Amino acid sequence: MTVTLSEWFSEAANWVFLIIALPTLFSAFKVVSTTNIVRAVLYLVVTLAGTAALFLVLGAEFVAWTVVLVYIGAVVILFLIGIMITRAPLTSASSLSHDLSVRLPAALLSAVLFGVMAWAFIDAFENRIIPFGDDATRSAALAEILFDRFVIPFEVVSFVLLAALIGGIVIARRDPPEEPGR
Amino acid sequence: MTVVQYALLGSAMFAVGLYGVITRKNAVLILASVEVMLAAVNVNFVAFAVFLPDPRHAGQIFALFIIAIAAAEVGIGIAIILMIFRNRRSANVDELDMMRH
Repeated sequence: MTVTLSEWFSEAANWVFLIIALPTLFSAFKVVSTTNIVRAVLYLVVTLAGTAALFLVLGAEFVAWTVVLVYIGAVVILFLIGIMITRAPLTSASSLSHDLSVRLPAALLSAVLFGVMAWAFIDAFENRIIPFGDDATRSAALAEILFDRFVIPFEVVSFVLLAALIGGIVIARRDPPEEPGR
Repeated sequence: MTVVQYALLGSAMFAVGLYGVITRKNAVLILASVEVMLAAVNVNFVAFAVFLPDPRHAGQIFALFIIAIAAAEVGIGIAIILMIFRNRRSANVDELDMMRH
């Protein structure tokens, strides 16, 4: 099943995609380029909310709301706490990014990477359309697969989270002063 | 909707995140750029999970795993940055060259 360019623009879902995807890409660019460190993290919120909206368009509701809860609810708050504790310079641009001698090769590298990946995707999939089912992916179906086929990776991930929790406390904790006489 | 449009969006976000990881000096912002790259990977995983006729929805499951690992990674990363800041009074990765001297 393929589609031509005029057919692509005549479909309303594609306009929804463009309306969500372009601000997402713009705010992703602002995350890596803005000179205000707090704004960079707030642009990260817009980027992640855009990806969550795209997941909703694709019918992946559980993943979308997990992104909202875990990323926007927890990870971004952690970033803001990290910024405030490390007292990063709020306005001076020079201490946040490298100068042009690093930026130009980095931009070239990123452009080449995007070009190669875009060429590979277009060459492999051309204009095949996504076959949507009748409704969205049910969370119950996802849960059955997660606790059946993927139960061992699930347990491993839970151990990773526990290790990260303990490790985070141990690393960030201030050591108590040594008691004399020991 | 074609699958290529999602793949192109994921590629563009990944390239932007790579640019950020290379050019940023502040350690917290490098972590934020890594988060952009992980979000790009998630877009690809979910798009192909819907595109391919997989009854197990493996792409969506892997997106959930990536979210969990990313949360753990940010927690450890921020803890390490706090530790470095406490000892060096700086979160600038260019100044962390004490292993060179």
